[in-house]
Amino acid sequence: MRRAAHTLVALLCAAAAAAIWASPPEATAQRTGRALYTSACSACHGPDARGVAGKGPSLVGAGAAAADFYLETGRMPLSDPSAEPVRGEPAFTRAERRALTAYIGALGGPPVPAVHPGDAREGFKAFRDRCAGCHSITARGGVAPPGAAPALQQATATQIAEAVRVGPYLMPRFDERQIDDAQLNSIVAYVLAQRHPDDHGGWGIGNIGPIPEGLVAWLLAGTALLIVARLIGERA
Amino acid sequence: MRRAENAVAALLALASASLVAFVVLLLVDPDTQWLGLTAAAGLVLIAAALVLAGKRLVPHEPAVEPRPPLEDPEARDAVQTRLRFPRRKLLLASGGAAGAALTAAVVAPVTALGPAVGDSIVDTPWRRGRRLVDEHGTPLTADDIAEGSFVTAFPDGADKRELGSPVVLVKDDPSRIRRRREWAPEGILAFSKICTHAGCAIALYRKPTYEPTSVPPALACPCHYSVFATREAGKVEAGPAGRPLPQLPIEIGPNRELRAAGGFSGPIGPAWWSVRG
Repeated sequence: MRRAAHTLVALLCAAAAAAIWASPPEATAQRTGRALYTSACSACHGPDARGVAGKGPSLVGAGAAAADFYLETGRMPLSDPSAEPVRGEPAFTRAERRALTAYIGALGGPPVPAVHPGDAREGFKAFRDRCAGCHSITARGGVAPPGAAPALQQATATQIAEAVRVGPYLMPRFDERQIDDAQLNSIVAYVLAQRHPDDHGGWGIGNIGPIPEGLVAWLLAGTALLIVARLIGERA
Repeated sequence: MRRAENAVAALLALASASLVAFVVLLLVDPDTQWLGLTAAAGLVLIAAALVLAGKRLVPHEPAVEPRPPLEDPEARDAVQTRLRFPRRKLLLASGGAAGAALTAAVVAPVTALGPAVGDSIVDTPWRRGRRLVDEHGTPLTADDIAEGSFVTAFPDGADKRELGSPVVLVKDDPSRIRRRREWAPEGILAFSKICTHAGCAIALYRKPTYEPTSVPPALACPCHYSVFATREAGKVEAGPAGRPLPQLPIEIGPNRELRAAGGFSGPIGPAWWSVRG
C-alpha cells in the first residue's frame, strides 16, 4: 500500500514536471506579458486591453504585428496619449517586448508578417505610387498634415512590412488586395536600398528632393555669373 | 578686326544652329536633357558673341570731336572708316539670324501647352449607374474597400487618363459622416483624385489610428499639402486649395458592385480662371 502510494506520488511529480517542461514558452511569455501589460500599458489601453475612452484604443484585434511594431520602434509606451508616437529607443528589454507582443498577439489580430527577398526595381514603382507622397521617394520622410511622416532609414524589414499592414498613427492600412505579399517584399527591398542610395548626380544633398537641389544649383550658378560679370566688366 | 568679326559671326551662327536645334527637338523629340543643353548653349554662345564684340569690335579709344567740324572730306572719311566695321553685312546677317532663332526658341514652347480643357472639367465620364473599376479594370465591390485603407478607382469603359476619371475611395463609420451621408452608402466615400489647387494626384489619406487623441480623417495632396475633410464633403481644412474636393455620389448595386449615383459635386481639376466650386 505504502509502496503504491509512493509510486503514485512519484508518478504525479513526474507528470507535473513533464507538464511544466512541456508547457509552451509561448504560454509563459503570455503570462509575463500580461503582468507587464498591467503595469505599463493598462492606464491607457484598459485592464482588459479593450481601450479607455479618450486615452487609448482597444488592442483586441491589433495583433502581434501592431504590438511588435510599436514596441520595437520605441513608439509605445507614450508619456502623453495625445502626442504623436515617434521612433525612439525601445522602453523594454528584448525579452519583455517579446512577452508583451505574445500577450497582445494572443488577443487576436494579424501576426508579425514574414518578409522575403524582393525586387527593389518593382518596389520603386509601388513605393512611388503608394508611399512616396508622404515618405518622399528616397524614404527620407515628409509631412502628413498635421503630423510628420518618418524617415525610414532605421526601419528594419519586418518593421516596414508591419507598418504597411497595420497603418500606424495617421498612416493608412494596406491589405493584401492593395499591396500583395510579393509587392510588399519588393517595397521592403527598395526602402532598404534607400539607406545608401546611389548618387549618380555626384552630390546627394541629403537626398531630400528637387527643391534643395535647385537652390544649390541657383547659388552655384549665381556665383559663376558674378565671376563672369567681374571678368568681362571694365571700370569706367 | 577681321578675325574678331569672323569669330563673332561664327559664334552667332553656332548660337542660331543651337537654338534651331532646340526648336526642332521640341517639335520632334522633346527630350528634356537635349532641350536644356541646346537652349543653354544658344544663350551662352550669344553672350560670348556679345562679350567678344564689346571687347574687340567696339572702339575703345576716346574720340574727341574737334571743333569746328571737319571740313576736309578726307579727314572726315578717315574718322568714319575707323568707326565702320569692314564686314558689317556679315555681322548684321549673323546677328539677325541669332535673334530670329532666339525668338523662335522662346515662342516654340507654346506648342507644348496641352489641349484646351473645354467642358471636360464639368462633363466627366461619370454618369449615374457607371461601375467603379480598379486600375486593371476589375469591378470594385463594397467589400473591397476596407476601413482605414484607400483605393483609387476609375469609371468602367472610360479613358483612365482623363482628368475627370480617377477617384479616391475611403471608408468611414457612416454615423460620423457629417455632410452628404446619403452619398456614401456603408460609409464608402468617393472624391476626385485631382487636387483643386494645382491638379496633383491626391496620394495621402490621413487615417487616425485612434481619433480621440489625434485628428479626424482627411485626404491630402502631397504637392502643397492641401487637406480635405472627408466627413465634411471635401471641405478645405488647410493648405492652398481654394474650393472643396469634388465628391462623387456612390450607390451599391447588385452583387454589391460599386456604382456612381451621378456626377461630381463640382468642376474637377486645378484652380483656373472662372472655375468656381
